[in-house]
Amino acid sequence: MNIPKIPLADWIGALETWLETHLGPLFKLIKVVVGETVGGLNIALDFFPPLVLIILFTAAAWFLGKWRMALFTFVGLLIIDNLGYWSQTMQTLSLVLTSALISVVVGVPVGILCARKNSIQNIVTPILDFMQTMPAFVYLLPAVSFFSLGVVPGVIASIIFAIPPTIRMTNLGIRQVPEELTEAADAFGSTPSQKLIKLQLPIALPSIMAGINQTIMLSLSMVVIASMIGAQGVGSYVYRAVTQGNTGVGFEAGIAIVILAIILDRLTQNAIRRTKKA
Amino acid sequence: MAIIEAKKLTKIFGADPKKAIPLLDKGWSKEKILKETKLTVGVNQANFSIEAGQIFVIMGLSGSGKSTLVRLLNRLIEPTGGQVLFNGKDVLKMTAEQLRQFRRKHVGMVFQKFALFPHRTVLQNIEYGLEVQGINKSKRREMAIQSLELVGLKGYGDSYPEQLSGGMQQRVGLARGLASDPEVLLMDEAFSALDPLIRKDMQDELLELQSKMKKTIVFITHDLNEALRIGDQIALMKDGSIVQIGSPEEILMQPANKYVERFVEDVDLSKVLTASHVMAKAETITNERGPRVALQLMRARSISSLYMVDREMRLLGVITADDAARALKEGLSLESLTQRDVPTVSPDTLLNELFELMGNARLPVAVIGENGRLKGIVIKGAVLAALAGNTEIEAGVKA
Repeated sequence: MNIPKIPLADWIGALETWLETHLGPLFKLIKVVVGETVGGLNIALDFFPPLVLIILFTAAAWFLGKWRMALFTFVGLLIIDNLGYWSQTMQTLSLVLTSALISVVVGVPVGILCARKNSIQNIVTPILDFMQTMPAFVYLLPAVSFFSLGVVPGVIASIIFAIPPTIRMTNLGIRQVPEELTEAADAFGSTPSQKLIKLQLPIALPSIMAGINQTIMLSLSMVVIASMIGAQGVGSYVYRAVTQGNTGVGFEAGIAIVILAIILDRLTQNAIRRTKKA
Repeated sequence: MAIIEAKKLTKIFGADPKKAIPLLDKGWSKEKILKETKLTVGVNQANFSIEAGQIFVIMGLSGSGKSTLVRLLNRLIEPTGGQVLFNGKDVLKMTAEQLRQFRRKHVGMVFQKFALFPHRTVLQNIEYGLEVQGINKSKRREMAIQSLELVGLKGYGDSYPEQLSGGMQQRVGLARGLASDPEVLLMDEAFSALDPLIRKDMQDELLELQSKMKKTIVFITHDLNEALRIGDQIALMKDGSIVQIGSPEEILMQPANKYVERFVEDVDLSKVLTASHVMAKAETITNERGPRVALQLMRARSISSLYMVDREMRLLGVITADDAARALKEGLSLESLTQRDVPTVSPDTLLNELFELMGNARLPVAVIGENGRLKGIVIKGAVLAALAGNTEIEAGVKA
C-alpha cells in the first residue's frame, strides 16, 4: 500500500503566507518596537566613551559582588576595547538586553498564568519544549519573511529560543510557595492579585531571577546565529571568520562574547543572591 | 445565641462528591463509601453550635477530619453539603467578595506551622490582614503594635520570623490572627509544633488572653490533655464524624461509647480533675451550738474533728474532739479553742497541685469557694481513689 507523504512543509508554508498577509500590520508594529528598543539602547551605550562605561560596569560589579568580580569586569572590558570590538560588543549587548527585556515582559506573566491554572500549564509546556528543541536556525526563516533582514528577526529568534527558562522558572517559583503560606494569605481575605503581589512574587523572586539569568545566557548564545540574517555585533565577526576560515579573528571575537557572557552571568547571579538575602 | 452553628456540615473528597451525600444519610460508613464509590469522607454531617466567648475544642487523631472541619468554617475548603451559620448568616451563600470581607474582619486564623511570611518583618506579618483590607499605613501599624504587645513581643516588630524561636513565632501568628480584632479565632493545632513546656506557657497565655478579650475560639488539637485543659466544650472526632460533644468532665466521666472511653483512659487525671471533683461534704458546726453538741456530733459520726463556720458557712477553723472536751470542762467557747491554720484550696485546684499540700497536712484540706464559703473537704483517700478511676467519683460529679 502506498500512503502518500503528509504535505507538512506545504501546510506550514501556507500558514506562513497566511500570517504574512493577515497579520502584516502586527508584524510591522513589532518590528518598529523591537527595532527602536535595540537602536535606542545602542545609541545610549554608544553615547558614553568606552572608559566611562567600563568604570560603570566595574562599579556595578563591585556593588553587587566582590572585588574579584569587579577586577574581572574591568580587565575583561579593557581587553574587548583593546582588541577593537567595543562598538560591536555594545551592539551585541543591545540585542541581548532587548531580547532579555522582552522575554521578561512576556515570560513572567505567562509563567504566572501557568502557575494559576494547570490547563494553561499543560498547553504551554509542550510549546516551550518545541521552542527549545527545534534547531534555532529554523526560526530564522519565518523571522526573515515576517521582519526582513536585520537585527529585528535576530531578536525575535533569540526570544523564541531564550524565553522558556523565564516562563518555566516563574511557574515553578510560584508553585513552590509553601501551601500553608498561600492558605494563610487566603485565610486573611486576600484577593488573588494581592496574594500574587504580596506573597507569591516576592517568594518566587530568586527563582524568577534564575530564569532570567538563563534567558540572558541563551540569548547570548544566539548572537552568532542572529548575525547570519544581518544582525550587527561581535557575532557577525565570528560568522565571517567561520566563512573565511580565519581562526585568529574567530577566537578574538569569540573571546569578546565569552567575556560579555561571564560578566552578565555573574552580575545577575549576584543580583539573585541579594534578593535571597533580603 | 450561638455565634457559629454547623448543620450537617459535610466534606467529601473525590470526583462528583455530591453523590455520596444520600449514602451518608442512609448511614453508610466511611469505609463502605470509599470501597463502593472511591470517594473519601472528610467530614461526615457534623452538627454543633458554638456560643460566643467559648473555647470550642475539636479533637481527634490525625486523619479524623478535624483540620478539614475547621477549614470548612471559613471555606478554605469548600463544603460539599450542610450549612455554616455565622451569627445566623449562611457562610456558604456568601459571594467571593462577601467571603473575603468575612475572613478579613470576622475570623482570624492561627496555623500549626505558623505560616508566617518569611519575606516580611514581624510587624508586616501582623498587619497583613489589615493591609489587604486597605487600612492606611499609620493606622494599621498602630493596630499591629497593639497586637504585638498583647502577645508579649514588644520590641521584636522589626525582626524577621526566622530570627525568632518557635514559641515566639507562634505568638506572632497569634498576634496576626488577633490584629483585626475578629470575633472568632480559628486555631489549627496551633501549639502542636511547640516544645511541651512552651506549649503549656502558650496555653496559659491563651487562657489569660481569652479572659481579657472574650473571643470565640475554635481550637483544633490531637492532644487530649490540651483539650481538657483549655476547652469549655470538646468535640471528639473519629473518621470524619463527631463522636461526642461535651464539657471536659462529661467527656471524661460519661464517655459516649467505647471509642471515647479508650481515648480517655490514658489521661493523666491529676491534671484534669479538680478539688471539686473529689471533695466530700464537710461536717460543720457553728460557735453558738456549744461544746456539748460538738462532742455529740463527733460521736454520732465517729469523727475526731469538726469545721467551725459562721452562719454564712464561711470557714473559721477546725475544732478537735480533745479541744471540744476541754472547752466543756473549762467552760470555754468553741471559738476560743478553734485551730485556724487549716490548709485551704479553691474548687478549681488541680489534683496534682493538691498532692503537695496534702502531704504536709495533718487535717483534710478545706475547699473554699466564693466569699470564703466552705464547699467541702478533701481527704487523701478520695484523691487516690479518683486517680485510680473509682466510679464513686462519677456519682459525685453528677450530683
